[in-house]
Amino acid sequence: MSTNGAVVNAREVKRVYGEGSTAVEALRGVSLDVEGGRLTAVMGPSGSGKSTLMHILAGLDRPTAGEVLIAGTSIGTLDDTALTRLRREHIGFVFQFFNLLPMLTAEENIRLPLTLAGEKPEPAFFKQLIDNVGLGDRLDHRPSELSGGQQQRVAIARALVTRPTVVFADEPTGNLDSRTGAEILDLLRASVTEYGQTLVMVTHDAGAASTADRILFLADGEIVKDAGHMEPPDISAAMNELSR
Amino acid sequence: MTLVAIRGLLGRKLRATLTAIAVILGVAMISGTYVLTDTIQGAFDAIFSESYRGTNAVVTAKTAFEPTAEGDTGFVQATLPQSDLEKTKQIDGVAAALGGVAGEAQIIKKDGKVLTSGGAPSLGFSVDPSQPRFNSLTLAQGAWPKTNEVAIDEASYKKGDFQIGEGIQIASRGPAETMKLSGVVRFGALSSLGGATIAAFDLATAQRMFDKVGRLDQIRVAAETGVSTTQLIDNLESGLGPTVRVRSGEGQAEKDASGTNEFIGFLQKFLLAFAGIALFVGSFVIANTLSITIAQRTREFATIRTIGGSRRQVLGSVILEALVIGVVASVIGLLLGFLLARGLNALFDAVGFTLPKVGLVYKPRTVIVALLVGTLVTLLASLRPAFRATRVPPIAAVREGAALPEGRFARWRPYVAVLVAVAGFAALSYGLFRSGLGTTQVLLWMGVGALLIFFGVAMFASRIVVPLADAVSPVGTAMVAVFSVLFYPILFGYWLLRYGMFEGRAGIPKRIGAFLLGTLLTFFLLLPVVVLVMWLVGKLGWYRPEWPVERPGIIADKSSRGLARENAQRNPQRTASTASALMIGLALVTLVAVLAQGIRQTFLNSVDQQFVADYAITAQNNFSPLPIAVETTAEGVEGVTAASGIRFGQARIDNSTQTIGGVDADTPKVIHIDWVDGDNATTGQLGMDGAIVKEDWAKDRNLTVGSPVKLLTPTGKTLDMKIDGIFDEPTGGSPFGNVNISSEAFDANYEQPTNTYTFLNMRGGVTDENTARLNLALNDFPNAKVQDQQEFKDNQVAGLSAVLNILYVLLALSVIVSLFGIINTLALSVFERTRELGLLRAIGMTRRQTARMIRQESVVTALIGAVLGIVLGIALGGLLVARIDFIEFSLPVFTLIVVALAAIVVGIIAAILPARRASRLNVLEALQYE
Repeated sequence: MSTNGAVVNAREVKRVYGEGSTAVEALRGVSLDVEGGRLTAVMGPSGSGKSTLMHILAGLDRPTAGEVLIAGTSIGTLDDTALTRLRREHIGFVFQFFNLLPMLTAEENIRLPLTLAGEKPEPAFFKQLIDNVGLGDRLDHRPSELSGGQQQRVAIARALVTRPTVVFADEPTGNLDSRTGAEILDLLRASVTEYGQTLVMVTHDAGAASTADRILFLADGEIVKDAGHMEPPDISAAMNELSR
Repeated sequence: MTLVAIRGLLGRKLRATLTAIAVILGVAMISGTYVLTDTIQGAFDAIFSESYRGTNAVVTAKTAFEPTAEGDTGFVQATLPQSDLEKTKQIDGVAAALGGVAGEAQIIKKDGKVLTSGGAPSLGFSVDPSQPRFNSLTLAQGAWPKTNEVAIDEASYKKGDFQIGEGIQIASRGPAETMKLSGVVRFGALSSLGGATIAAFDLATAQRMFDKVGRLDQIRVAAETGVSTTQLIDNLESGLGPTVRVRSGEGQAEKDASGTNEFIGFLQKFLLAFAGIALFVGSFVIANTLSITIAQRTREFATIRTIGGSRRQVLGSVILEALVIGVVASVIGLLLGFLLARGLNALFDAVGFTLPKVGLVYKPRTVIVALLVGTLVTLLASLRPAFRATRVPPIAAVREGAALPEGRFARWRPYVAVLVAVAGFAALSYGLFRSGLGTTQVLLWMGVGALLIFFGVAMFASRIVVPLADAVSPVGTAMVAVFSVLFYPILFGYWLLRYGMFEGRAGIPKRIGAFLLGTLLTFFLLLPVVVLVMWLVGKLGWYRPEWPVERPGIIADKSSRGLARENAQRNPQRTASTASALMIGLALVTLVAVLAQGIRQTFLNSVDQQFVADYAITAQNNFSPLPIAVETTAEGVEGVTAASGIRFGQARIDNSTQTIGGVDADTPKVIHIDWVDGDNATTGQLGMDGAIVKEDWAKDRNLTVGSPVKLLTPTGKTLDMKIDGIFDEPTGGSPFGNVNISSEAFDANYEQPTNTYTFLNMRGGVTDENTARLNLALNDFPNAKVQDQQEFKDNQVAGLSAVLNILYVLLALSVIVSLFGIINTLALSVFERTRELGLLRAIGMTRRQTARMIRQESVVTALIGAVLGIVLGIALGGLLVARIDFIEFSLPVFTLIVVALAAIVVGIIAAILPARRASRLNVLEALQYE
């Protein structure tokens, strides 16, 4: 199966929960190609299947049917060890609730993916990364000593430190106030624009989606609209349409 | 991952500590036991080698066989004729020789009672100060004893408040004599040999006192310079003939020590077994705590997996945490054990079992075993939770409340549990009922069986938690209510004190009144002082006393109780694991209680059946045999219509050493004998060659009346007896041996004959007058005790109670470990339910209700453990009773009730800290808790 030059591919991905009469079809056959070096947003009302889609694309969940490729490798056939390696090298993840390890410092949290792989970050790159996320003076603090925004910055740095093929962000501003959220969005946008990082973001926030180069709208487990860059009012209008 | 593991531990120090305690206590017991027993061993080794310091060889008479454990007290070794001493002196290579005798010699206190402590012996021996090389005693004060004088050990001298030069009463084989106290002695440098007393006499006096006139127990020999010990022994053996046994000084010391060494070895294994039990319970606690912790860290583990951590890395991190806890806990336990050694020593002291000690002995083996065992147990206990941690799926990082996948074998769990338990019962039964197994094998099978049973029941318990919780909850509530009522005055008083001190809104008179009433209720606990200090400290600004506080109430309300029960039922697996830790300790306590009750009841039944006499005479310690002079004296008392002393000795029959007894014509008058073949006249007609035997013993050997029985006495005499009668012994035993000859025959063939019991009938039965007459007559024998049937029963059973208490104390250690287990679980589950608790508080649950809920949960869990433990203990006890011949099954109802109450107390205590924490949650923070 060719990747069409895309970094992440999904082919007829279906996801069903439960069995028999209580079965729920979260995804009804979704196919998409994620372009490299772009910020792709996945939007939809609650229950649309957007989070499910993201989890499957990121290899956290297995589809009931269909195929997912990351950097050309079909992940459905990988065993746990290979999947683990894939996560180390090709996937970065930013969580809504930051998911930092509470007993490690900010710096240790950032380095963690590499430490697990038994590697160290290249010093120049590391310094650059820290500067970019703006955490210079907070490196030796524990998560409990950082604000929400700072914690998310740490999480982003952690996701970027391995220079992965694709970064998945799950409602990255969902737990932040609007101003801090905007800062985070700027950071994510910068990583794509300036460093060529591929980013897939799930969100329900129009403002967040407006930073994307491409917006995929999901409803009832299917892609209903595939648009390029949009402004927030248009995005809101489109969402209202879907919710009706 | 090392970083993650270590940091994880440091971040959760309190939790790690509580987990570690589970191991610390068990390891402490191990190291304490080793230190204690090594020290005792060292002390005894020193004593025995000191005793033969200047002696190259020791000559004793050959004894035909060695006594069994039960026959050891009162076993009489053969003696040498005094002429052997002269012979010895003439032998080549002998530089000097000294003959000596030893025996039992009681020192009588000024109030007429024997000076003794616990079961320690009253030692007496002859001493010859003219040959100091052979003398193990040193003179501390006064002079060495001359004819009819005595010197006693320093400890006894102080205890009895004696004066040198005064008369002092000493009792040995005959009636007590008054002798002049010539001096005070020490054994080497020791002023005391544990609780043993020493009375030293000159040779002639000693021989007379011990009924060994013209005889010697041993001859100590010193070699001429240039003569080797081997040469000396050879010369002595050839010179003295085949009736003697010659050993080197060290050899004799070893022989003397062997009995004690056996006992110490047994003591060591005994105590280590209890340490093992505590560690076993500890492993349950660790496994449980780790399981809960891991469940709570699901999001953390999932995140690690998401960013590329492998399963192995997760496993490694959990195991590393466990390893660190294990090592640190083992080290602390090791050091604590050293302290415990002193404690154990004090415990034995308190029960009257004083053991000699000369400074604590620390061997490398102690350190190695303690560290190894503690670490290993922790590691093993952590394996299952560690593997569970690896099963956390990465998706759990994003999905709230994602349940841990059950694992492939979860479905089979209950079946496996039943299988394991059944296998355990099978192993236990095999060990118990298979004939032909050695003691070690039996114990091994029993141990393995018990372990499997506990595991199986613990695994299965989660299935019955729900119905059990429903059942025990009302019981728990009722008992807690009872406790609350009992303690209400104190709790209320404490509240009153604080009301009086801190309630600014009330008027002064009211406050004074409250404070006074509170003082009245709690003064004996010094609580008024505590409250005053609180006030003072509050003024200084260090601490703000909490006020206002709700007035304490009594009845727990239904909603808290219902919630508590449901909480315990919510996660049956967790409740079961926690309860199981308590179950083990309580099952063992119940087992011990069942056995003890069985022993006690059966014994009492057999006494009821057989004891038809009016009086019994035994030694003060209830088990040592008494010289027959006691019986002779008692017989002569006015009003005695029948008197029979049951002789006690050992003989070798058919290559096995057995206990034999001696009976006479009066015996059936005082002891009811269930004749199978023979009648009450038989005992009087035994003559010098007749014997009556137990039915089972005869059946086993296919013997009947008329069959011959050959006995070998310790002195080497062969007695050809024939069976004149067969009797049936009740389940609880009888005063007789397997084979019983006539007292005449016994006295003719055994040296220094003794009676275990002497029974009497008197005209008029048991009356104050008769009792007084007997006591008067036996004044000269302070070691003899006159008892009626009830007193006899009480005395014999009392020894059992002492042993029982020691067992309970040792088992209490395991119960304490499980107590920490419950605290741990409760604290963790409170932490886990922070948001939920916040919600309950927000919708109107008071602090007190919250605390009560937590406490009720704890009590329900503890009671579940108690129910499981009691049922299991009774089952195990039943099995054991079925196996052991002389016990019947009897339910120790009182002890069981105490066990249940103890469980409730454990539950209440365990809940104190977690309940406080739960009730003090800041509602707002709790609601937002992630």
